[in-house]
Amino acid sequence: MENIIEVKNLIKKFGDFTAVSDISFNVKQGEIFAFLGPNGAGKSTTIKMLTTLLHPSSGSIELNGHNPVNESAAARRSFGIVFQDPSLDDELTAWENMEFHGVLYGVEKSLRKKRIEELMKFVDIWDRKDSLVREFSGGMKRRLEIARGLLHHPKVMFLDEPTLGLDPQTRNHMWQYLQDLNKSEGITVFFTTHYMEEASRIAQRIAIIDHGKIIATGTTEELQAQTQTTSLEDAFLKLTGSQIREEEASAGDHMRTMGRMFRGTGKR
Amino acid sequence: MNTVYIMWLRELKKYSRSKSRIVGSLGQPLLFLLALGYGLGSVFQKAGQGNYINFLAPGIIGMGIIFTAIFSGIALIWDRQFGFLKETMVAPVSRFNIMLGRTLGGATIATIQGIVVCLLAIIVGFRPYSWILILPAIVVMFLVALLFTALGTGIASQLEDMQGFQLIMNFLVMPLFFLSGSLFPLTGLPTVLAIVTKIDPLSYGIDALRTLLSNAGHYNLGTDITVLVLITLVFLGLGSYLFSKIQI
Repeated sequence: MENIIEVKNLIKKFGDFTAVSDISFNVKQGEIFAFLGPNGAGKSTTIKMLTTLLHPSSGSIELNGHNPVNESAAARRSFGIVFQDPSLDDELTAWENMEFHGVLYGVEKSLRKKRIEELMKFVDIWDRKDSLVREFSGGMKRRLEIARGLLHHPKVMFLDEPTLGLDPQTRNHMWQYLQDLNKSEGITVFFTTHYMEEASRIAQRIAIIDHGKIIATGTTEELQAQTQTTSLEDAFLKLTGSQIREEEASAGDHMRTMGRMFRGTGKR
Repeated sequence: MNTVYIMWLRELKKYSRSKSRIVGSLGQPLLFLLALGYGLGSVFQKAGQGNYINFLAPGIIGMGIIFTAIFSGIALIWDRQFGFLKETMVAPVSRFNIMLGRTLGGATIATIQGIVVCLLAIIVGFRPYSWILILPAIVVMFLVALLFTALGTGIASQLEDMQGFQLIMNFLVMPLFFLSGSLFPLTGLPTVLAIVTKIDPLSYGIDALRTLLSNAGHYNLGTDITVLVLITLVFLGLGSYLFSKIQI
């Protein structure tokens, strides 16, 4: 099978701090791939580089054959994303959020209408299409975000901790849907999670990143065999240690510091 | 083109849905019109300057526009905080179009605000010099609105949260308004104030409105429009540059 994501010697530095330190990995087309690691390991930074939001310091990325840095439009058309925190417009209705996305991604009008209806019915939100997103529960927002991310038929779906704060019903419903889609349409799924049980149940292959480096890749069985453990959680702990991590300042935090200096308030 | 349109439409939808915002933002201009217009009217008349309401109205229209315009630009910070900005940042469209669409949307809203303030002013006693000239005045309103929405967007793209908001209000919006000659004539000012009013872009906007609505301009209309267009282009360029550099 072909690789849909190819990452070679990827490095990202923020000043002196190296968030991602020379990582290389591939994701095959049609694979469900889990990207695991403790807080501050470099997961979100890597996803941001894959999805064109951050530029790498060095190294190369190919996403569906496109370089996210200099072919950003083509790369952006290839993926859909569900961010860690919500990214819907609260003051628009569910339908308007979908419509907005469809227009931005250039989905032609009649096709857009058809797909929006299909997707919203699939995630069980169609009867609330004209409600403002502000009135939605956390689970409904997540479902709407997934529907939105799929609207332009992406080749790869990125999900950054998609099940955080969802109840088991919603979680199962969501994964069921994504697995079906993975089988029927061959969509590649790339996700991060802190729930090891979820990763071992859903993912076909797993990479574990820590301190900006990939320390292991393989199936759950391979990782367990490698560490001589019986569950993915134990394997994960054995590989990454049981010390609790402090999250390093992200790019956003750096900007916040700059903002404080600019405004002259708060601590430096 | 679709991107610009949908971003524009989003701003208008959000505006039309927040009735409290519309009503709330009219309170201040109305207060200025009534308190200053009638409070200082007789003094102004005695100084031989004519009807103060007619002089003041274009200034208060300018006030309604600049407040709404800068707020619309600054609203980018909400998008960042509520995450919606990320959705637009990963979309396969140029950031310039995104910035342009939301700036045009904000400017449209601010123009509507200006027209509403104009109607309010007419209700409380303002008499335009010529009814026909209200049409070109609306074009000037849009230009002023565009200028300050672009400025607001540029500033907001440098800010991470709402904490700098008060600072912007007190050290940018208020001075821009008070030092623009919106409340007083530009003739016979002390040198420093005269220089400051010449630097303030809002001066030219209000002067153009005053020329068209009250037949009482200070600079000539050609100068006003040229300055406004040039500064608008600079701010649009700067705003879209800063916007394109946003990393999340």
